[in-house]
Amino acid sequence: METIKLVYPVDGGDLIEAGEASSKMKLTLKRLGLPPDVIRRASICMYEGEINMVIHADGGEAQVEVGMDEITIRMTDTGPGIPDVDQAMKEGFSTAGPTARELGFGAGMGLPNMKRYADELAIETEVGRGTVVTMKLKIPS
Amino acid sequence: MQLNQIREILSARVLWGEDHLDREVLSACGSDFMSDVLAYVKNQALLLTGLVNVQVVRTADMTEMNCIVFVRGKVPSESIIQLAAERGIVVMTSPKRMYEACGLLYSNGLRGDCDGND
Ligand SMILES: Nc1ncnc2c1ncn2[C@@H]1O[C@H](COP(=O)(O)OP(=O)(O)O)[C@@H](O)[C@H]1O
Ligand SMILES: [Mg+2]
Repeated sequence: METIKLVYPVDGGDLIEAGEASSKMKLTLKRLGLPPDVIRRASICMYEGEINMVIHADGGEAQVEVGMDEITIRMTDTGPGIPDVDQAMKEGFSTAGPTARELGFGAGMGLPNMKRYADELAIETEVGRGTVVTMKLKIPS
Repeated sequence: MQLNQIREILSARVLWGEDHLDREVLSACGSDFMSDVLAYVKNQALLLTGLVNVQVVRTADMTEMNCIVFVRGKVPSESIIQLAAERGIVVMTSPKRMYEACGLLYSNGLRGDCDGND
């Protein structure tokens, strides 16, 4: 199988549509016939990332690459950036406001969930410029 | 436990999926925090929640849950039910409160089956 590249824009202003990109990716991964466990983990990772882009960063773009033995999800935004990544990674740490809470998010468990389900998680961020979250998941053969 | 039985135990009303009540669920998760639910991954699971919005359906979809039960008599909007229907997720509403709904299911044999201590 050749590497497949997928690109999904994420609208920052739309709390209802948030999750639509993840949902589409999930359907595509299913169509590609990947193992259910890796699809579920990839979907959760991307969904948490997508929600973060919407509630913390005014949207952005998700790029997904499906290779022979690995899925790479790269979520890029031009939001406020994360001043202290170690702190942001801690379970329970959140700067989310009431809107996020109303949606059922803002418990400070998104990044920890992404770390739990991805095989690799890397965060590149600069305050005032934006954030790139890259997650890799191995596809068991 | 079949969804049929869950409907009975929780005195629930089915909002979508009347034809799928023979589905089997093996475990359940009750929470109003979606990241909590996303941290919980089990096969053929049931979600109980008091939160009503479209992200509840997306969360159930991402975790491949079978059924959502809205507690405390909450009824989601038509568009939320529609999205669940598109994803093949059964939707019910129960007059029970969260604590009671979870307790009833647990004592009838449906366990949380989380990694760790419950
Ligand atoms: N894309 C992002 N842009 C800016 N800040 C972010 C982004 N993602 C996460 N953060 C910061 O990291 C914190 C923790 O994120 P997370 O674990 O997903 O919890 P939550 O989203 O519930 O607050 C957020 O509250 C926010 O301050
Ligand atoms: Mg988050």
